[in-house]
Amino acid sequence: MIIWIQKAISFAAFIMLAALGELLSERSGSLNLGTPGTLCVGASVGFITAFNYCKSVETPNMFELLVLILLSSFAAGAIMGIIFAFFTVSLRINQNVVGLVMTILGTGLAEFLSVYFIESTTGNVRCDPAYYLFTAKIPFLSDKLGIVSDLLFNYGFMFYVTIVLAVVMMLFLNRTRAGLNLRSVGENPGTADAAGISVSKYRYLAAGIGSGISGLAGIYCVLEFKSGAWATSDIITIEAFGWLAVALVIFAMWKPLNLLWGSFVFGICYWAYLYLPNLLGVKMSDDLTRMLPYIITIVVLIVVSLRKKKENLGPEALGLSYFREER
Amino acid sequence: MAEQNTQITAIRIQNVTKSFGTKVVANKDVTMDIYRGEILSLLGENGSGKTTLMNMLAGIYFPDSGEIFVNGKPVSIRSPYDAHALGIGMIHQHFKLVDVFTAAENVVLGLKEEGKFNLAAAGKRIKEICDAYGFDIHPEQKVYDMTVSQKQTLEIVKALYRGAEILILDEPTAVLTPQEADKLFSVLRNMKAAGKTVIIITHKLQEVLAISDRVAILRKGEFVGAVPTSEATELSLTEMMVGKKVELNIERPDPVDPTLRLQVRNLSCHNHEGLPVLQNVNFDIYGGEIFGIAGISGCGQKELLEAIAGLQRVDENSEIIYDAPDGKRESLIGKSPKKIKEMGVSLSFVPEDRLGMGLVGSMGMVGNMLLKDYRRGHTPLTETKPSKELAEEVREELEVVTPSLNTPVRRLSGGNVQKVLVGREIAAAPAVLLTAYAVRGLDINTSYTIYHLLNEQKKKGVAVVYVGEDLDVLLALSDKILVLCGGKVSGLVDARTTTKEEIGYLMTNLPEEVHTDAKPEEAAKEDGQQ
Repeated sequence: MIIWIQKAISFAAFIMLAALGELLSERSGSLNLGTPGTLCVGASVGFITAFNYCKSVETPNMFELLVLILLSSFAAGAIMGIIFAFFTVSLRINQNVVGLVMTILGTGLAEFLSVYFIESTTGNVRCDPAYYLFTAKIPFLSDKLGIVSDLLFNYGFMFYVTIVLAVVMMLFLNRTRAGLNLRSVGENPGTADAAGISVSKYRYLAAGIGSGISGLAGIYCVLEFKSGAWATSDIITIEAFGWLAVALVIFAMWKPLNLLWGSFVFGICYWAYLYLPNLLGVKMSDDLTRMLPYIITIVVLIVVSLRKKKENLGPEALGLSYFREER
Repeated sequence: MAEQNTQITAIRIQNVTKSFGTKVVANKDVTMDIYRGEILSLLGENGSGKTTLMNMLAGIYFPDSGEIFVNGKPVSIRSPYDAHALGIGMIHQHFKLVDVFTAAENVVLGLKEEGKFNLAAAGKRIKEICDAYGFDIHPEQKVYDMTVSQKQTLEIVKALYRGAEILILDEPTAVLTPQEADKLFSVLRNMKAAGKTVIIITHKLQEVLAISDRVAILRKGEFVGAVPTSEATELSLTEMMVGKKVELNIERPDPVDPTLRLQVRNLSCHNHEGLPVLQNVNFDIYGGEIFGIAGISGCGQKELLEAIAGLQRVDENSEIIYDAPDGKRESLIGKSPKKIKEMGVSLSFVPEDRLGMGLVGSMGMVGNMLLKDYRRGHTPLTETKPSKELAEEVREELEVVTPSLNTPVRRLSGGNVQKVLVGREIAAAPAVLLTAYAVRGLDINTSYTIYHLLNEQKKKGVAVVYVGEDLDVLLALSDKILVLCGGKVSGLVDARTTTKEEIGYLMTNLPEEVHTDAKPEEAAKEDGQQ
């Protein structure tokens, strides 16, 4: 049971990070379905950077390594987001189409880059220094407090960064002028425009920064969740996690703090296929239990739409390109 | 008292001209003054350029030529931002509010204030403004919980919060109940007392007389004149608004053997907000006649046609009886639009954007013909052949200019789009043809083609209903004219004997003596006697 919860939390953390990026973008009205692809690119670029850095120096400087990994993943993700914004905001192409294209592009690109820069096409490659960096635990807190340690302090630093980021994002969206502007762009771009807010600027920034965060989630997934092992065959799994992140944003009703428990529910459901049958003492198909996160997303959507509370139905202009109407 | 204030000019508009495209001149060489501390009504028919002129003050449009002076200084207003900076705030008909935000959030949206972002402080200032003028909104209230009147109030608060000294309201009472309108007026008087200048755009005469100090009148984009309200009467204003009758050479064959087609009794319906849009409307439509419907926009013409076509839910007790040419007598109420169409009642509605209702922009003529025909095929696949023939026929008869029958209609010019729409409806050989704004935005020649088409139908014994904006055309084309005012019938007149002034007056006034439950014939007689 404890292991289940632990695993669920470590799964939850990087899904939540990816979802935070997607959430930022969606609150500005951009339904970025390129997030799964962005995750793959972030993972691939981040790992390539770490791998080649470690190969090129005798003893890697841990701080340099950390900065390099984070920067490269973020930048790779951000570029994906800016491309998305260019097509959807500047060229006003349908967001769904561009998003799907970005995902296809992202998975392909991730594989190509990995094969091209790592030059080892078979099996797993590892980058242990980076792995240790991401899984280093807080001393004392992580082993002296019994069950509290096991459940709350048994994770690498990214876990805490993610939680802080969720709170920061909540404060940004609800307590700052820029957050208010961003939300208005996602709700009613016509009104925002009339109030003198640049719709394009906010959508570019939200997609860029949001995708950068999703990119970070990609490398986080590889270095902690996947235990630091990288193989091109993992890309398809990472893409699947990306779709979960998109579903999670809906599940959380577009609110950053809901991601905290929402992602945990997803984590529990994700690992249910390993632990639930044993716990219940029944045999059931893996495929069925793996569907759980999607099923509860649908159930939540139904419940939310039945309650008809407008805030919970997502940004009103989500998925819509904005044209300034001319007569 | 007011006279002392009116001496100072707040805004001077000098020789301002604005046109859209090459054909439509919205404002032509307008020169007028707006005085500080007055309530000015800007009066004019639909399409007379009132809103365009005010939009130039609010920074939505920029004049092609001419100058605008604010407090004596020439200014260039290029965006709503510039307008705010000059203390001009405009409340549009369509509110610019974010539904899920609170009142306070909407007010501060987009403001570039110095210092920390502080909604609580903003809320306090909003409360002060509300208390000062008697507004009834709470800063924490969400917009989607507000009534229409509260949303409008919020827009006013928004303008005042930004320091507006001059407030422009575009048809503020169009969406309000009479009680809400009264409340708005008292608020406007409070604002005037506080030294603000208020401009209201309207075409309702009673409002003009009730609230304003001065009336400025626009007609067809030109400034006709301004008079102090105290010297104006409803009649004198109507005359200035509609102008002299223009003689049009539209043929009007005498109706041949009119037979009763449609009987409408006690027709009432409500809109989504639960406000009545039609109340106890009664009239008869005869085959072989053109039945004109006149009224300012929003008076219920649209709902009336939709009710007949089965697109609008009507209240209980409403009756629409249809006498088909084959002698059957049936009620249209509760029937589906498809069924009504099959029975021979056809609606062609040309909306403001032309394509919104009736045609699919990205399909060609053939595809659009097919839209109303696809059920006729005998195989699971659609048969395009009859539609192709029909499209070809419409193209030849109506001289539709298109590169090919399959060119998306969106790419055709407005006139041609309308020909396709009207042509398709006529091709269905209806017994009742409902047309709304059939000539909207068309040039003179194309308009005449459409009038001719309608007359052709009339000669065939079709009952043609024509809803139009241009009174001159209505007078020249129709046999009878039903005038609506605020969802009620204010008169049914004979188009051959009536005058433009009479219709203009009826459009804006509900005569007390015309009881809405009176028989249409009696109503017509009463109007004839006036």
